[in-house]
Amino acid sequence: MRRLALTIPIVLIACGLRPAAAERLVVSLSNHRVAVTSSFVGEDLVLFGTVEPDAGKTTLRSAYDLVVTVTGPRQTLRTRRKQRVLGIWVNADSREFVRAPTYLAVLSNRPVSDITDQATLRKLQVGLDHFLLPQRIGPDIADTVLDDPFRVAFVRLKRQLGLYREASSAVTFLTPTVFRAAIPVPDDVPTGIYAIDVKLFAGGALVASTNSALEVIKTGVEQYVADAARDHGLLYGLLTTLMALLTGWLASVVFWRE
Amino acid sequence: MQVYLPIADLPVNIFLVLGMGLAVGFISGMFGIGGGFLMTPLLIFIGIPSAVAVASVSSHIAASSFTGAIAYWRKGALDVALAMMLLSAGIVGTATGVWLFTKLRELDQLDLMIGLSYVTLLTVVGGLMIYESVRAEMRAHQGMPATLRRPGSHTWLHGLPFKLRFKRSKIYVSAIPVWAIGFIIGFVGAIMGIGGGFLLVPMLIYFLRVPTVTVIGTSMVLTLVTMASATVMHAATNHLVDAILALMLMVGGVIGAQFGARTGQKMRGERLRLLLGLLVFTVGLRFAYQLVVQPDDLFSLRHVGSE
Repeated sequence: MRRLALTIPIVLIACGLRPAAAERLVVSLSNHRVAVTSSFVGEDLVLFGTVEPDAGKTTLRSAYDLVVTVTGPRQTLRTRRKQRVLGIWVNADSREFVRAPTYLAVLSNRPVSDITDQATLRKLQVGLDHFLLPQRIGPDIADTVLDDPFRVAFVRLKRQLGLYREASSAVTFLTPTVFRAAIPVPDDVPTGIYAIDVKLFAGGALVASTNSALEVIKTGVEQYVADAARDHGLLYGLLTTLMALLTGWLASVVFWRE
Repeated sequence: MQVYLPIADLPVNIFLVLGMGLAVGFISGMFGIGGGFLMTPLLIFIGIPSAVAVASVSSHIAASSFTGAIAYWRKGALDVALAMMLLSAGIVGTATGVWLFTKLRELDQLDLMIGLSYVTLLTVVGGLMIYESVRAEMRAHQGMPATLRRPGSHTWLHGLPFKLRFKRSKIYVSAIPVWAIGFIIGFVGAIMGIGGGFLLVPMLIYFLRVPTVTVIGTSMVLTLVTMASATVMHAATNHLVDAILALMLMVGGVIGAQFGARTGQKMRGERLRLLLGLLVFTVGLRFAYQLVVQPDDLFSLRHVGSE
């Protein structure tokens, strides 16, 4: 976390001091709220935007690169590794990933490693490889090296679930200054607030950035059931049991033969 | 058609789950068991987290055993006094099981424990059933009576104190083995998501010498109450009971059970026990295989807490 805390002021200072920053980003999201219902099969949200010249300045550069990072609500997850003990496979070693995003999508118009150099990517946390994923290691909390087996496994499992992704063709420039980005929302997406961070690069340097957000909510019966189970566990259990008894009794009435 | 499961937090195909309910219901009706030992592994197999599967199946078994209990009640094939005695210990067993379930989940060893319990119980019980029914078949071939139940025969269990008389089952036994059996069934049911009918029926027959007439009905009452209380306890402590999943399983299960029961009535008892034994044993082997063979992925994720 300490590294993260240090990174933010550096980015802010870097932006503020850059005299060449003559651009401004204007973005709009097709939908700020995604409702997950029983028939939800996932959808793509569309983020539209333009690169505008900042007040008083009219010069726009010819080629821009854009990276959109979408981070879902944070959650602490444990990554466990199985080991053979006495002939059977058991969960032996584990690491806790503290407040890792449940969802993380890095969308860009070309591979992030082509947009700028490794140092900048790391500093700005752009790309799955450069995103901070702090682990609890004993009493400390720190991000590990990129090829740490637990970090690799964590990202791989999240990618298999469709919750982490890096798409280098998800952003399209319609004109040199108008772009659209497709934000994929898979069917098992967690509910909560999603932060959208948009960064504009030119010639390998960050020139402008902006933020937006979207909310994923469960609606209808699903949300009602999930809330009831969490907030009124005992009552929920009693009602489920009652439902079981009713179903059982109904069946015995329907199928009753002399 | 997809249905979103609010507690398991994933979409499933409604026809797949209903079909599983029907198939397991058919088997449970045929053998007079709850079928939890088949349903829980099937749910885990289609991707439901094992903790949610165990907790939700308990309500499904409560539904199917209630149907069964009503049918046996109508036939008068129910020993209420014996069921009540088993129950008083069964509830304690369930509470202990739910408590251990919560602890194991915190230690990341719940899946292992569920796996090991399945392997041990199913292979042992399945093996014994196969052995027993093959012997009975062989005796039948030699023209001897198929069952060897001797009403007057006593074991050391009959020498224990606190003797009670159960009129309907025509037995006179100590309360200690009755309580022990009730506790074991309640405990195992909460940990493994099974009603324990396939364990309880042989235990009642071999240890307490309960006659075949009342054994299944009585076992169904015990299953009903332990599973109903397991549902309530799992819901109150772990918040893991998925009511929508449970409802789909129940509907499929109770319908399947009716057809299963009709098929089962046409078969001989020994043949039925052999088939059940083979089934139980196979499921046990499947679990053993899973524990011994190197998994495709050594890594797995588990939710620890939201922020």
